[in-house]
Amino acid sequence: MTDALSVLLLQTLNGLASASSLFLVAVGLSLIFGVTRIVNFAHGSFYMLGVYVAYSVATHWSGALGFWGGVLVAGLVVAAIGVVVEFVVLRRIYAAPELLQLIATFALVLIIKDVALFVWGPEDLLGPRAPGFKDAIDIFGRPFPTYDLLLIVMGVAMLAALTMLMKKTRFGLLLRAATQDREMTDALGVNQKLLFTAVFALGSFLAGVGGALQLPREPASLAMDLNIIADVFVVVVIGGLGSLHGAFIAAIIISLVKAYCIGLGATTVFGVEFEFSKLTLVAEFIVMALVLIFKPNGLFGKPINHARVSYASSGGSGKPRMPQWATLACGLVALIALPFFVDDYSAVLATDIAVFALFAASLGLVIGVAGLGSFGHAAYFGLGAYGAALAAKAGVGFAPSLAAGVLLALAAAVVFGWFCVRLSGTYMAMLTLAFAQIVWSIVFQWDAVTGGSNGIVGVWPPEWLADRNNFYWLALLLCGGGVLTCWWITFTPLGFSIRAARDSSVKAQAIGLNPRALQWTVFSCAGAMAGLAGAVYAFSKGSISPDVSSIPRSVDALVMVLLGGINTLLGPVVGAAVFTWLQDTLARSTEYWRAVLGAVILLLVLAFPAGIVGSIQRFVSWAKLRRSAA
Amino acid sequence: MTIALEVTGLKKSFGGVGAVKGVDFSVSAGEVVALIGPNGAGKTTCFNLINGQIAPDAGSVKLYGNDITGHSPERLFRAGVARTFQITATFSSMTVRENVQMALSSHARASHGLFTWATANFVATADALLTSVGLADQACRPCAELAYGDLKRLELAMALCNAPRLLLMDEPTAGMGPAEREALMRLAVDVCRSRGVALLFTEHDMDVVFSFADRILVMNRGRMIATGTPSEVRSNEEVRAVYLGNLEISGG
Repeated sequence: MTDALSVLLLQTLNGLASASSLFLVAVGLSLIFGVTRIVNFAHGSFYMLGVYVAYSVATHWSGALGFWGGVLVAGLVVAAIGVVVEFVVLRRIYAAPELLQLIATFALVLIIKDVALFVWGPEDLLGPRAPGFKDAIDIFGRPFPTYDLLLIVMGVAMLAALTMLMKKTRFGLLLRAATQDREMTDALGVNQKLLFTAVFALGSFLAGVGGALQLPREPASLAMDLNIIADVFVVVVIGGLGSLHGAFIAAIIISLVKAYCIGLGATTVFGVEFEFSKLTLVAEFIVMALVLIFKPNGLFGKPINHARVSYASSGGSGKPRMPQWATLACGLVALIALPFFVDDYSAVLATDIAVFALFAASLGLVIGVAGLGSFGHAAYFGLGAYGAALAAKAGVGFAPSLAAGVLLALAAAVVFGWFCVRLSGTYMAMLTLAFAQIVWSIVFQWDAVTGGSNGIVGVWPPEWLADRNNFYWLALLLCGGGVLTCWWITFTPLGFSIRAARDSSVKAQAIGLNPRALQWTVFSCAGAMAGLAGAVYAFSKGSISPDVSSIPRSVDALVMVLLGGINTLLGPVVGAAVFTWLQDTLARSTEYWRAVLGAVILLLVLAFPAGIVGSIQRFVSWAKLRRSAA
Repeated sequence: MTIALEVTGLKKSFGGVGAVKGVDFSVSAGEVVALIGPNGAGKTTCFNLINGQIAPDAGSVKLYGNDITGHSPERLFRAGVARTFQITATFSSMTVRENVQMALSSHARASHGLFTWATANFVATADALLTSVGLADQACRPCAELAYGDLKRLELAMALCNAPRLLLMDEPTAGMGPAEREALMRLAVDVCRSRGVALLFTEHDMDVVFSFADRILVMNRGRMIATGTPSEVRSNEEVRAVYLGNLEISGG
């Protein structure tokens, strides 16, 4: 047998072994989505908890009982946690817009991460190998772990078991019925609450087991939750949300693609050297993008029949109000005068707030005015930052560097946006997230250009901007200008046309508008604006790391918009100010600031879905009504 | 009279089941034509083939001699085809006037402007249109607050924004009370006659059909089984057979 062929076969086996665990986690998410229509961001956290619990059990009771008992205990513990989460949080948001649901479950990610940090500490924990499966056997002249063979068998066995469950049991019948038509199932007298809790328990159990089985292959770490959730989203989207067999096939496809990339290693294609082992993330997202272009509902998915809740109905009237010029002028004067009244530290914080205000306002344009669920806005922020930093390092000067950042972000938004506006709802949110992960993985892994995980240091503005106050004024000018541009667009015919496409796509078409083109336009504009924010950010910090385009950064922007209030002009800006200040204060006062932040987000989503500005506006109109009635 | 809409050999099937099996008809300028038939007759499919919602398998649709077969709704709007929806579709976050302004600015190809305020454009034209449908006093109300009958009239006002040559109304009076139906159809017919607009509508209410249509097209099982004036259609044996059992057709 030739060497290349044996490598190929071995990588195939490797891929299949990885697919098992991925399938278990993905199918759990998919089942939960099918019935409850919730995309559970915290599903990756359940997986991570599974790994940690299995570690604790396996190290406490050694031997076969400890290991296999650990797998079972991990599944059960995580299922119990899932039930609690369903009871306490998700029950209250089943009818909420999907963006709010994603945000709420992301809050759970933050909380669970800090719980794990508290219980197991920050160090990676290497678990024991599976008793009885510690050896490798010789396959095609190369060693292959017997445990991986076991995983392959178990993956197929789990698929068979789940298929039996779905096809032969009453529970499975109810699951399939609810996945097809939730309202009809309800009308037929099925206890929905019980069914939702049960499917959540099952899905969480699978995530826990999937995690526990992974313990001999990789150490338990706090980064596992977001790493796996990105993979799982990709698998579920490729397979089709709610499809059991889709999840299985897609898990295999994705795992094989990754395994082959690693197997290829560094290869020269057309005279250019590619480090394929570093392209795994990019490769899987490219597969996903391709699938979505040809099969917008995934390979085995059906169109999702949402009980659609429009964004307009979630945050006030959906009608932004034109600001009064006097108020605007007073606000500007106050902002310009700010440095004379505060210390240096606050001037830096104010600069951060200016940057994030633009970041949030540009996202507000996408999710508020256009009503599109973007979950990866940090891609454009990050590209703006990297574009500017790389240009500055190349020595092209300050202003051209800023422009380079904006242009890079704009170019990405134009390309990514073309794909994104072709999908709707949950699929679009996941695709935007996927594109953001592509950007993140490129900057993270392309050491030669982006500095990899170390990022780029020494990105300084010219001398005259070294003064904190001067830089603050510049940030205020650029970011404030950007925010005003976002507001401006909202009231122009273009902004109104975009709102028209949001309110009623069919009607917009009937009066000669092209909703997709409008959405693409606003997506691109918002990307450029986020790029400007990122570019200013790079110079204000002097160094950047891949974090600028990470999932948490995207979620930060969403939280800012929701905190302030979707569909209010001032909302994203107020949200950015409160959020940035809150995060800064929390991060300085407690190690567990993530959990506190998560709790705040949950409170917000559950109690004040209209956000700060939206709630104030509601209160004011309520007070006016009362006065006029009296 | 000039032929505004000419449909020839229109065919569409879904998964091998023929929904529209070769349909020919025409509508003249200023003429009011009703398309009726029992449930499943293919009239909705036929309607959607004309308004650009779906593309036909065969056949052609011509507007004043120009081929518009399979054109997208956007292109049809530019060509002078206007439509209203069975379930009213309006921009719920905007006021009544703003809704009309949107349609007017689209017709003037000013929808992508960045250097004017949207609410400042076409105010006078919008108000004139709103007056013609009797909504002038509600111009500043958010259209989410409007009564259903008023939403229908708003849709009519928006449909007139592209100076249409053909107006397609899908079950215009669905969900309205008898008095309101009468008033809305009277308004639509008057507006179309006075502007020389060809009006084609589908309708389940036979009173409306027989009191307002100049001509009636009757479909059954994907075919046109009768066309003619209300009295001709009323006396047609095949039509009577099709509608047997719910013979409101003799009323009106």
